[in-house]
Amino acid sequence: MSESPDVTVAPWTGPQRPYDIIKEGTIAFLVVAILTIGLALVFSSPDDPQVTIQQWSTKTPIDFAQTALSELNGTSGTAHYGAPYNTASAGQKLGPLTLAKWLGATIPVNTVRDFVLSPLESQPAVPPLSTALAQWKGASPAQRTAWVDAYTKAAGKMTFVNSTVTVPTTAAGPVPVMINSLEQLARSGALDQALVTQNGFYTSNFTLPLLFLADGSYLSDLAQQRHLLGTQWGMMNETGNYPGQAWLWMYTFWYQVPPFSSSTNADVEVWGIMMLLSLLLLLVPFIPGVRSIPRWTRVYRLIWRDHYRTQEV
Amino acid sequence: MSSTEIDRQWTTRLRHRVARRLPPEKMLPDTQPAYVASWIYVFGVTTLSALAVVILSGFILALKGPQWWHTSGIGHFVNSLHLWSVEIFFFAMVIHLWGKFFMAAWRGGRSLTWVTGVVTFLTSIATAFTGYVSQTNFDSQWISTQAKDGINSTGAGSFFNVLNFGQMLMWHIVLLPLAAVILTAVHVLMVRAKGVVPPFEEKVEAR
Repeated sequence: MSESPDVTVAPWTGPQRPYDIIKEGTIAFLVVAILTIGLALVFSSPDDPQVTIQQWSTKTPIDFAQTALSELNGTSGTAHYGAPYNTASAGQKLGPLTLAKWLGATIPVNTVRDFVLSPLESQPAVPPLSTALAQWKGASPAQRTAWVDAYTKAAGKMTFVNSTVTVPTTAAGPVPVMINSLEQLARSGALDQALVTQNGFYTSNFTLPLLFLADGSYLSDLAQQRHLLGTQWGMMNETGNYPGQAWLWMYTFWYQVPPFSSSTNADVEVWGIMMLLSLLLLLVPFIPGVRSIPRWTRVYRLIWRDHYRTQEV
Repeated sequence: MSSTEIDRQWTTRLRHRVARRLPPEKMLPDTQPAYVASWIYVFGVTTLSALAVVILSGFILALKGPQWWHTSGIGHFVNSLHLWSVEIFFFAMVIHLWGKFFMAAWRGGRSLTWVTGVVTFLTSIATAFTGYVSQTNFDSQWISTQAKDGINSTGAGSFFNVLNFGQMLMWHIVLLPLAAVILTAVHVLMVRAKGVVPPFEEKVEAR
């Protein structure tokens, strides 16, 4: 590595000019504060209301019921996510490295238990739900799988009529009652509460309801309407006509270009690239060539043009 | 107690070191080298000023809790102040960073000043991100459910759960702002101790 030309810089012995640092700081603060107040008064800030599971199941009952089924039959995004929620898959790989898998399922989520059974069990034990749950609990794993498979096979013809989810099958045991009961629970608003109160009276952890919401299509459909999807450069967009996290432009850029735009490991690959680029930015003063770009481009002559003009004179 | 014993005390040695590296005329200067005369220098102090507005507006939001701004006109206005000061903060910070890059402001033993600046920039991004996922609205629901995949894929999701509102709020209002402010303070003190980097001497060749 060549010796850095930046180590020794002769101390400045030229002229000085008056500088009132306190005055400068005060004026800068006032200008920024006034500018901020002006922008806030004129443009305000976005605040699209939160989405509830009640709203989701009321507006798109079939999507909710299909998602509930996917939690039961293990086909939802969460059910086969892998670490940190479960061990259903190895997760994304960075070359040979399975970083998430190494750290394990530290936030365990069992979609059948957490999204379906526990919320249903939290309700008053009245038939037909109590009967259906007793039938489910008393069945063997093979029997449960057979019921769920039968329901899944017929789920393409699912209807929602008279506030009831119906699937044309008689071989699904207690599953139709369980799915329909979960739908009713969701539409009443009770499922929103049941999912967040599984950790006790006080809670500030919304992992379960957010994962459930994200497994459905309703949230992403709303996001698409607001141009917030990853494929829409959504990471740096904001709801409404507001500037978002524009500083994430490079992070979201990688998702738009091959091979990352079609890679199943895009998340970890883009993170890897951004970590590497951040490290390079951090180490700019120590990297030969990169540290000399300012010398080559000579942009500094614009910045210090008065200084160089004086020198030339 | 001998004077030698006093001189060996940690407190005495620290005081002497601080006084040597940051004498009052460097901490609160009344003159600057004549070359410090460009619009680009405005963006450093603009970044600091925006940070102050971000923190002040954040303090007001903290007074009434994370959901106040959804139901109060005043709360919404304070949230708007918080948002726009953050936008100004990043705008000024990025220009400051590019300006310092083209000045090669790490010259003359100022490498650590550059390093602390970049770390502050990265910490600020993390601070803003945790703010976005703590808004308790549609935005925070969408951003957190999307961001979890990136963070989980690195393994960091095991201890940094973006779907845990309480955890994210604590990072946003305590840990990360504290880190950002401390880093900013260290960065500014380094600038004061070393002074503003002088212009290139044109005879120096690139390597």
